[in-house]
Amino acid sequence: MKTRLRKWRLISLFAIMTLILAGCGEANLSALRPAGEVAQKQFNLMVLSTLIMVLVIIVVVVLFVIAIVRFRRKAGDESIPKQVEGSHKLEVIWTTIPILLLIILAIPVVTYTFEFADTSAMEVKDKDGKTKDAVVINVRANLYWWEFEYPDYGIFTSQDLVVPTDEKVYFNLKASDVKHSFWVPAAGGKMDTNVDGVNQMYLVFDSNKANEAENLFYGKCAELCGPSHALMDFKVVTKSKDDFNSWVKSMQTVAKEPAVAEGELAKQGQEIFNQSCIGCHAVSTSNNGAGMGPNLANFGERERIAGFLPHDEENLKNWIKNPDDYKPGNTMSGKYGDLTDEQIDALAEYLLNLKVEDK
Amino acid sequence: MSTYAKKQGFGATLWDFMTTVDHKKIAILYLISGGLFFILGGLEAVFIRIQLAIPDNNFMSAGIFNEMITMHGTTMIFLAAMPILLGIMNAVMPLQIGARDVAFPFLNSLGFWLFFFGGVVLNLSWFLGGAPDAGWTSYASLAIHSEGHGVDFYVLGLQISGFGTLIAGINFLVTIINMRTPGMTYMRMPMFTWTTFVVSALILFAFPPLTVGLFLLLFDRMFGANFFDVAAGGNTIIWEHLFWIFGHPEVYILILPAFGIFSEIFSTFSRKRLFGYSSMVFATVLIGFLGFMVWAHHMFTVGLGPIANAIFAIATMAIAVPTGIKIFNWIFTMWGGSVTFTVPMLYAVSFIPSFTMGGVTGIMLGAAPADYQYHDSYFVVAHFHYVIVGGVVLGILAGVTYYWPKMFGTMLNETLGKFTFWLFLIGFHLTFFVQHFLGLMGMPRRVFTYLPGQGWETSNLISSIGAIFMSVGIIILLINIVITSVKNVRVGNDPWGDGRTLEWAIPSPPPFYNFKQLPLVRGLDAYWIEKMEGKKEMTPAEPLDDIHMPNGSIIPICITIGLFIAAFGALYNMDNKTWSVPVIIIGLLITFGSMLVRSLKDDHGFHIHKEELMDDKDKEVKA
Amino acid sequence: MHVEEKFTDATWPASPETATLEAKNKYLGFWLFLGGETVLFASLFATYLALKDKVPDSSMPLAKDLFEIPLTFAMTMILLTSSLTSVYAMYHMKNNSFQKMQTWLVITVLLGFSFLALEIYEFNHYVHLGHSFTSSAFGSAFYSLVGFHGAHVTFGLMWFLALMIRNAKRGLSLYNAPKFFVASLYWHFIDVVWVFIFTVVYLMGMVG
Repeated sequence: MKTRLRKWRLISLFAIMTLILAGCGEANLSALRPAGEVAQKQFNLMVLSTLIMVLVIIVVVVLFVIAIVRFRRKAGDESIPKQVEGSHKLEVIWTTIPILLLIILAIPVVTYTFEFADTSAMEVKDKDGKTKDAVVINVRANLYWWEFEYPDYGIFTSQDLVVPTDEKVYFNLKASDVKHSFWVPAAGGKMDTNVDGVNQMYLVFDSNKANEAENLFYGKCAELCGPSHALMDFKVVTKSKDDFNSWVKSMQTVAKEPAVAEGELAKQGQEIFNQSCIGCHAVSTSNNGAGMGPNLANFGERERIAGFLPHDEENLKNWIKNPDDYKPGNTMSGKYGDLTDEQIDALAEYLLNLKVEDK
Repeated sequence: MSTYAKKQGFGATLWDFMTTVDHKKIAILYLISGGLFFILGGLEAVFIRIQLAIPDNNFMSAGIFNEMITMHGTTMIFLAAMPILLGIMNAVMPLQIGARDVAFPFLNSLGFWLFFFGGVVLNLSWFLGGAPDAGWTSYASLAIHSEGHGVDFYVLGLQISGFGTLIAGINFLVTIINMRTPGMTYMRMPMFTWTTFVVSALILFAFPPLTVGLFLLLFDRMFGANFFDVAAGGNTIIWEHLFWIFGHPEVYILILPAFGIFSEIFSTFSRKRLFGYSSMVFATVLIGFLGFMVWAHHMFTVGLGPIANAIFAIATMAIAVPTGIKIFNWIFTMWGGSVTFTVPMLYAVSFIPSFTMGGVTGIMLGAAPADYQYHDSYFVVAHFHYVIVGGVVLGILAGVTYYWPKMFGTMLNETLGKFTFWLFLIGFHLTFFVQHFLGLMGMPRRVFTYLPGQGWETSNLISSIGAIFMSVGIIILLINIVITSVKNVRVGNDPWGDGRTLEWAIPSPPPFYNFKQLPLVRGLDAYWIEKMEGKKEMTPAEPLDDIHMPNGSIIPICITIGLFIAAFGALYNMDNKTWSVPVIIIGLLITFGSMLVRSLKDDHGFHIHKEELMDDKDKEVKA
Repeated sequence: MHVEEKFTDATWPASPETATLEAKNKYLGFWLFLGGETVLFASLFATYLALKDKVPDSSMPLAKDLFEIPLTFAMTMILLTSSLTSVYAMYHMKNNSFQKMQTWLVITVLLGFSFLALEIYEFNHYVHLGHSFTSSAFGSAFYSLVGFHGAHVTFGLMWFLALMIRNAKRGLSLYNAPKFFVASLYWHFIDVVWVFIFTVVYLMGMVG
């Protein structure tokens, strides 16, 4: 009997542990597994507020349970309880204590509100007009895709946001069609990308936590923006400062000398691309073309097709063939007529070889 | 009783309800139509949960899903919760203050029909090219971008039903201020009347910003204005402000009546007067007031700047204080009482922990820097469902069960009621508790699907299973209603046995003039005071005399139908249809023409003569 | 007091607008309605201020290019005077002098119509200068705010006319006295809103 009990205790302990671990979500996606200073502070605030609130809940539930257990009416009891008007003492207690608890909570709330809004480092420029010691990224949200511009380095990319670890990365946020919201849960809270003006924020990616998440974080659009809102994902690739700098270098190199297709099929693909796709998609890192579609300069190195499908040839072909099956309401469908299977094969070959780093 | 119990044909009954100005019949109309919309909104919720039960589901398309969530939210708030609460207010509040009707019986009817046809306009969208799909908040950039006529239906439907609600608000305010029976001072009013009073004031000041917001959207979409067109100098944040200046008080418009209902239930089934009545009144007024000061906490991530965010964060937290006062006062109402667990009381009791949960997550959301994480994630979905289902819907279910005998003269079955209660309560917690964690684990709200491998599968499945429990609970409630209506066991004045307020001193359902003689009120819980002195009924405050009653009228429906027609003209105006402008004009002519008729035709109502009332009394004595 | 009772000057109550319960309800209800209307106009004012001078290209006229004080000042004076004349009308209503009340109401209505005529002229003028409802966000906000007010003026005029024609033969009673009274309350409200429009839109528009 006793061993059985102990066994049960163990099992339930395990059950609770798994629940807690499962309850924290994935390292690359969950706000409960903070991967940087901003998310950590927000997490701390969550914990503080949860503790205070759990205290409140316990008090309420204890009083509540006593009340409903002790004062239930016995069968046939027709007595009339004393008609109490109230109690000033109690009223004062349950007015002041919550006020005190709220003051405890209010202090970090106000402090962090101002701290997170401090993006003054973005304004410090050197003599060339470049930001002095901060990485600044212009995020432009579009119907179901994201553009990332590094104004100080003169390069553009899209869908995969590349950031250095262990420093504040600053963002200018804007939307070009409807309102979206930029959110990397593991790294910190979200900020809306409005159509009306630019919002600013910063995030920090801790290198150790980034390693845990295999240097890949999930980003989400957090504001309803149309049918494919759910699929408007992006990825954040974290790199150490050195790796980041060398990535910037190679991106800048490509900006100067645009990629040339190698191989018969890829060349064919490039031709098709130049006829059908180049109106919206840029393949040089130096510009974003007409800004109508994602920059594809480093498409071969992307993490996902269309932001969410596994990065392979099959998915790419399917996507080009019928984008609306994958992302309903996207702005690409119907812009380039029907392509034959051969044309799509060539196009896929060309696109998957658009690489910046390991040439 | 003479005219009331007469058997009527279906046509006559229908005509009677179409022209009625009797607050009790209008209450029934609100309850029935609100109930139908509640079922509709519930079905939409079930479809949403089916779609999200497993990852990568294709039960419905992305476009349909967005229409579902938009219509679910809009329907539940504007067409289900609010009307049902207005119905309970209509049924109970005049009785609680000892009035024979509301101040403006004609407007009462007009208010109902406006709400009803507004709801019809909104739901016709399903059949006329697709429902609105920009979310119930209908943020401007997406609403302008949205194709088809869905958002137009949203704008016009809400505009029409919004006028109805505004009218109801003014009506209740005047009724409570002017029509209380002798001795019913403000501080003797039952808590439900107090919450009705505060809510009506909130409606009066909160709906106009929505009206303006909807007009701006309407002008932009249908008449080429540029309020939200950034290229032409517009600004979409204006919509967010206007919407939430309305939207936050709206939350209190929903929850305060539920607070009132629970206050009545707690004190009735504890056989004890409400603990700390005056601080409850104070807290209600304070909540109503603060409700207007916090709208921007829905916009922490919009980029209003740290000063605005900090101020609104603090203001938001402040609301917790009066709400906390209420929770403790309810607990202490039971404390020392004689608590019996009828179905309404079960709802009331379960409301305390459920709502507290929703309340504390509200504070957490108010902490602006942490809200950057919660905002627009499933955490928010969990929070407001805890408040709205755990507060408002439990309140509605409690209120409907509690006042059912007063409205219909027969009780709902207690056993079936308990089944509904347990299924609904368990289902509710199953559905929404896990959603807190989904949000924290990075799941944004309003997503039509999600990919596997993000750690969200189990919780979503649990959530969907919970929805089934709730549905079964509601189905049993419907069965309960049918069975008890067929059996139709009549009940007396005070079927719960422990009624404390005036409505329990008169027959169930009350005669159409409510009180033969207006009752004299001698304190809080007027009927209880008389009962404790061994009396069976209230002491009259006036001699038996003729009673003046208003005439019924079909004009409210005519006014409404005019707007209904005009709405369709406006709706198709942007398609360059030649008939659209004439249709708008015809519709508005019908509306204003009906108003003119109403204004020009003298309508003095009629009198019930003293003798008829005495006859009734004699009959009752004989029977 | 029965609503259709015929009164003499001696029996006519001092405040006929609140002499019966129905009248009291109407009186209070209308005040509350005006409370709601205040919020409505406040929202429109806020929208206007947010979108003032927001135009898509710099060639379009702004507030300071458009508005002319003489015209709007004349409109203000006309509306203020009409408010005063409606006060006279209510004074005579309280004294049970029906004909005098009607006369002053006729003057009020005539002033109201001249205000509307000037407003239509004004709008027409602006449209010719390239400032229309659909030309810019500024235009949309301007015409919505001022146009809503104009629609209120129109409705108020129709209301006065309907009451005057309807009761021309019947004279005053406790049934219609409150109706006249709330109509004049409405008229005062419209006037107050216009004072704000004159200040916020026109005067502040002139200074930039």
